[in-house]
Amino acid sequence: MDFEDTKEEAKFRSEVRAWLKANAPTKKELKGLGEIEASKLWQKRKYDAGWACIRWPKEYGGRGGTAIEQVIWNQEEVKLATPGGVFAIGQGMAAPTMMTYATEDQKRRYLPKLASGEEIWCQLFSEPAGGSDLAALRTKAEKVGDEWVINGQKIWTSGAHFSDYAILVTRSDPNVPKHQGLTYFFLSMKSPGVTVKPIKQISGGAHFNEVYFSDVRIPDSQRLGAVGQGWQVALTTLMNERASIGAGGGGVGVTQAMKLAQKLEIDGRPALEDRAIRAKLADWYVQESGLKYTGYRSMTALSRGAIPGPENSIGKLVGAPKNQEMAAFCIDLLEEHGAMWDPNVSEAAGLYQLAYMSSPGLRIAGGTDEIMANIIAERVLGLPQDMRADKGLPFNKVPTGVN
Amino acid sequence: MNFEFSEEQNLLREQARGFLAQACSPGLVRKVLNGQETGDNTLAGKIAEMGWNATVIPEKYDGLGLSYFELCVIAEEMGRAVAPTSFSSSVYLATEALLLAGSAKQKSKWLPKLASGEVRGTFAMAEGPGRTTPKSLNTTFARDKVKGVKAPVADAAVADFAVILVKANGGDGASLVLVDMKSQGVTHEPVAMIDPTRDHAAVSFEGASGELLGEKGSGWTLTQKLLNRAAVLFAWEQVGGADAALEQAKNYAMGRYAFGRPIASYQAIKHKLAHMYVKNTLARSNCYYGAWALATSAKELPLAAATARVAAIHAYEFASREDIQTHGGMGFTWEFDCQFHYRRSRLLSVNIGSLGQWQDKLVDAYLSANGASNAA
Repeated sequence: MDFEDTKEEAKFRSEVRAWLKANAPTKKELKGLGEIEASKLWQKRKYDAGWACIRWPKEYGGRGGTAIEQVIWNQEEVKLATPGGVFAIGQGMAAPTMMTYATEDQKRRYLPKLASGEEIWCQLFSEPAGGSDLAALRTKAEKVGDEWVINGQKIWTSGAHFSDYAILVTRSDPNVPKHQGLTYFFLSMKSPGVTVKPIKQISGGAHFNEVYFSDVRIPDSQRLGAVGQGWQVALTTLMNERASIGAGGGGVGVTQAMKLAQKLEIDGRPALEDRAIRAKLADWYVQESGLKYTGYRSMTALSRGAIPGPENSIGKLVGAPKNQEMAAFCIDLLEEHGAMWDPNVSEAAGLYQLAYMSSPGLRIAGGTDEIMANIIAERVLGLPQDMRADKGLPFNKVPTGVN
Repeated sequence: MNFEFSEEQNLLREQARGFLAQACSPGLVRKVLNGQETGDNTLAGKIAEMGWNATVIPEKYDGLGLSYFELCVIAEEMGRAVAPTSFSSSVYLATEALLLAGSAKQKSKWLPKLASGEVRGTFAMAEGPGRTTPKSLNTTFARDKVKGVKAPVADAAVADFAVILVKANGGDGASLVLVDMKSQGVTHEPVAMIDPTRDHAAVSFEGASGELLGEKGSGWTLTQKLLNRAAVLFAWEQVGGADAALEQAKNYAMGRYAFGRPIASYQAIKHKLAHMYVKNTLARSNCYYGAWALATSAKELPLAAATARVAAIHAYEFASREDIQTHGGMGFTWEFDCQFHYRRSRLLSVNIGSLGQWQDKLVDAYLSANGASNAA
């Protein structure tokens, strides 16, 4: 047991480092650019040099590399805090779905532009009536000639306001049980009849949107999978979603909390000397460390050309609530001062307050804590699915509520 | 990245699991619990025949000279089987103390016999309620004679020698002393334990002859080093136990029906088991790191050991409590085996220092690894 790269991995890592060192965008280059412009600039540079989407086949704009090479790339790039989050959904979820279900011509048309960052994609899945119970979605798709006509509403769509394309799940037949009546498409976000409305979050940001469809027309050629097979296609997307939403960056970690507890005092002594404070920090350290070494175990499997075990499925369920607890803890350490959320006055320019106000979203996005626990129970431990009141019922006979 | 046990180590795990399924069945644990059998009657001998006592003892002392990875693998399986025997006290503590601080003469005298299983040792630290510190110690060592009472001492009745922590003037305030348990002035009385499958005693030393293990006045420092090493091994036992408790709870939940369906289909139970899995996985991954630090004598050992230990305490405590909860009333009966884990997890949580102590050590180790100078 060791932490060393194999010879090939070490060689790859040093190439990556050298290239990143020579090519990562400087602060000067990025000055004045918005998040999207900055992300596009960097993504195009990686693409042109053959470093974008390491695992994708070359003909679709990737590098034709291995899973472990992608991990090594990520490890090196993350150190540099480069821009690029806007591509996560397109490259991480839309692309694997396109690779599995799109025609060869479509793959050659769309995937390279996803890899180069020229086109940004979003994911039109959740609905007001279909969140954790995603398959309860209602957005209607009707076949008219060679086209489908879409009416309805999506919600929680990250990045819809700056996306060029989207993947979409619709209800094409309400007369059959819910999982059987779904059909999956991709479409241009510029299609007539698509309206995007941002949703303001409790953190003040607006990363999500509502997306409305009013007689939006999609050619049948942009259907992914067979009519009525939308659920199977969506599962491909969701498997990749869970792999790409990690422990949730941008939050509060043990490093910051330890420093804060060293700096602040309780009864004239550093707060870190207080046993109750230490106990909490130790427990969070154990969680961070446990996730880190769980990741190393998965990476070892990849390095050996094996499929990682299910252990990585714990990441979001551990990371998201921990982030919330740690943010609250840091605000508590600050006492009344911690209630102020003003970048000019607050400790760490308001990091703890922002983390606290953002953390409820992390516990919900991409599968709530409860859904993640269900996934571990059912897929990892093999426990039975919950009994469902809608089982076997045609979708239009399923009871609905007022919320 | 090669953060995984080797093929050979995985084979050893399979072999150990198979062996313990035979030699240390739940039936045996129950017999020991009921006082109809002692784990040291037959099981200890069979384990010695397997050579496990000799795992990390160097070949020049007739040991196998294997790495700590192998011992971690064995520890996990001992934990899974809730083995009711004197392995941990003799192998993780007494043998380790000799390897850490023994003179050439002490090593030559004891290690070969420890390797063969002919003798067993134990380690005695606690004296009364609360944390043991150099200041709390009342046991003394003067003119080569030990005076004092230690309790609880694991496996005192079968141990051939004990390494005991005594008060010292000067140095770090304590010394380690090796006492032959057959010497004049050593008496032991069994004490009833929360986990009766592990024998413990109160041991009185009334002027018993002893000899220093390591320098006089270095006992506290040596003990911390010893406990860091033992913590990784105990943590592996805890992880093994935690996984066994999860399996037990899962199997019961799948077969138990309420309101016309398996209770394993209710989210209240599913989430409980999922959270067990989460804690067990965190503990296991931290134990991997602990195993690496122990096996490579890494300078990170204090942090890695504390991290493994804290994670493993949380995992086994949670799993053993929620195992009973999942079983409902039956889990609370003497007839069911849930109590094995409930008892063992509590014993393991305190036997080399409680959760609070290890959380404390973790923060200290973190600060020293990450430059405490930033503190001020």
